[in-house]
Amino acid sequence: MTVKVWTFGLVGLTFALYIGIAIWSRARSTAEFYVAGKGVHPVANGMATAADWMSAASFISMAGIISFLGYDGSVYLMGWTGGYVLLALLLAPYLRKFGAFTVPDFVGDRYYSQAARVVAVVCAIFISFTYVAGQMRGVGIVFSRFLEIDITLGVVIGMGIVFFYAVLGGMKGITYTQVAQFCVLIFAYTVPAIFLSMLITGNPIPQLGFGGAEQETGTYLLDRLNGLHQDLGFAAYTGGTKSTIDIFAITAALMVGTAGLPHVIIRFYTVPKVRDARISAGWALVFIALLYTVAPAVAVFARTNLLNTVSNQPYAEMPEWFSKWEDTGLIAFEDHNGDGTIQYVGPAAVTAAGTPIQNELTIDRDIMVLANPEIARLPNWVIALVAAGGLAAALSTAAGLLLVVSTAVSHDLLKRGLRPDITERGELIAARVSAAVAVVVAGYLGINPPGFVAEVVAFAFGLAAASFFPVIILGIFSKRLNREGAIAGMLTGIIFTAAYIIYFKFVNPTANVADNWWFGISPEGIGAVGMAVNFVVALTVSRFTPPPPDHVQELVERIRVPRGSGEAHEISA
Amino acid sequence: MTPPKQADRSPIEYWRRNLRYLGMLLAVWFLVSYGAGILFADALNQFRVPGTGFPLGFWFAQQGAIYVFVVLIFVYVVLMNRLDREFEVDEQDEGSE
Repeated sequence: MTVKVWTFGLVGLTFALYIGIAIWSRARSTAEFYVAGKGVHPVANGMATAADWMSAASFISMAGIISFLGYDGSVYLMGWTGGYVLLALLLAPYLRKFGAFTVPDFVGDRYYSQAARVVAVVCAIFISFTYVAGQMRGVGIVFSRFLEIDITLGVVIGMGIVFFYAVLGGMKGITYTQVAQFCVLIFAYTVPAIFLSMLITGNPIPQLGFGGAEQETGTYLLDRLNGLHQDLGFAAYTGGTKSTIDIFAITAALMVGTAGLPHVIIRFYTVPKVRDARISAGWALVFIALLYTVAPAVAVFARTNLLNTVSNQPYAEMPEWFSKWEDTGLIAFEDHNGDGTIQYVGPAAVTAAGTPIQNELTIDRDIMVLANPEIARLPNWVIALVAAGGLAAALSTAAGLLLVVSTAVSHDLLKRGLRPDITERGELIAARVSAAVAVVVAGYLGINPPGFVAEVVAFAFGLAAASFFPVIILGIFSKRLNREGAIAGMLTGIIFTAAYIIYFKFVNPTANVADNWWFGISPEGIGAVGMAVNFVVALTVSRFTPPPPDHVQELVERIRVPRGSGEAHEISA
Repeated sequence: MTPPKQADRSPIEYWRRNLRYLGMLLAVWFLVSYGAGILFADALNQFRVPGTGFPLGFWFAQQGAIYVFVVLIFVYVVLMNRLDREFEVDEQDEGSE
């Protein structure tokens, strides 16, 4: 059977599964729609959180980026896992005890302020839409490359599926679909990795394989890759090129940003108890680590295979996958010296005589995971499996984000803001309508992606790090932090971070080089500084303004102990 | 398991113990990622994980730190559940169906 037949079969099968689950688990109340009735088992919640978190970026792009960046790619590995430690230790149990439905709920109640709630709602919606656009683009890439369907049609199909189970099932439908999607995506990610590891190193465990010796030559794979890199004028794979301070700042911004992302935080509202919130963060990280420890191995295998296949090989002898990706415009070859051979080299490449060699091949980083099984000539069903896994990753994250948007509108804006007298039924309808509108907007962004999606993702993390994280932490760990401090902190954090990113990414992109950055920190890492600014401003302003009212101080004392979580959500209901 | 006599069981003491656990765990969190994986990565790269081709700093940054993160969360869960019981602030069967 051909790849296309396998892909249609596997994708169709998984889609049928998701729809079946959606019908089985539709939501009947707002509590079920927003937080799945707070009845999700911690292990199931861990899987759902993992699927929610691991997006098209994690599944499709991350290993590819690492395979091009080498050691520098570690920022994503540590940043996107280390945040869960912060989440488990500093946020999840307390937010579950607080027992609200959304992040703006907590911000609004803890800081007794509608203004703070509105700032939080705006941040939540902005962050979520940024992300959704990226997911829909991922769906489009998979459809167009593997099913040879028009990108627009691909996105519309993806939208239809998400629409069906998110609008019908709310959080309950999303949670159980995400459990299924996690199983699909992790299987789809690890199977090709195991194949590759066996082929290249003879070790079936990829996490060990990429530290092992190459079967053909007997030298360590990483040593060989470093050698290849040196010959071709790239920086050493295990060494990297970014400055230490920049690596530090980017890792910090990603970690803190992870812990501040509303669609991740909201998942910890769905478990029955505080105890379950703690352990389910642990399970989430176990399931995430399954993919995140395999990703650097995939990166190394992909890099080695790619260099072996294309470097200094005749263009005419390139395999079929090469021309298929050329058709999508994601691989481009330009024969500068007209010798018909592919010179794929780094900036430091020189000939034996010492003259620089011009690079002739550009490869989009996003294609590495998808192209990897083909480059390694794995069986057709494995290639199809990767397509189904990529779709699972994109759809699960998109659904989680759309839910944040819909609750932000129906719960935070209507119920807690403009229309406090809205009925349960009315609120549920509002939630479904806003989810539907959000799906359509997301689909539009997927079909007509703004050219700056990648830039805006850095923005979303920086914003989450500089806005939500400090006010939530301080809201729990400081009784003294008041409304004035929180609002001043959020605003200065956001404005500082946004100004830095907008200046270097949009206003003056040519100045975006290390020499112009403050302390050598790139726009990707500036959220870490924004967070620090937020902390300092919030604490300072609080010193000089009146302390929070007594009932808020009592609220803080209450959320610090687990007992009584059962009735906790009544405070905000 | 009766707690020792006159042990401080106040919410203040509970919170103090919680903060101490957080301090210890986050110190480890910082050391394996920002320490071994970033600040000291170059120095550690002179060594290898025994029997493999991994330079040590590189291994911490792309593998080791993640494993330690997982362990840290489960250690935290055990410590806190024990602390909750000791201070009798654990959730018995309230709130479950």
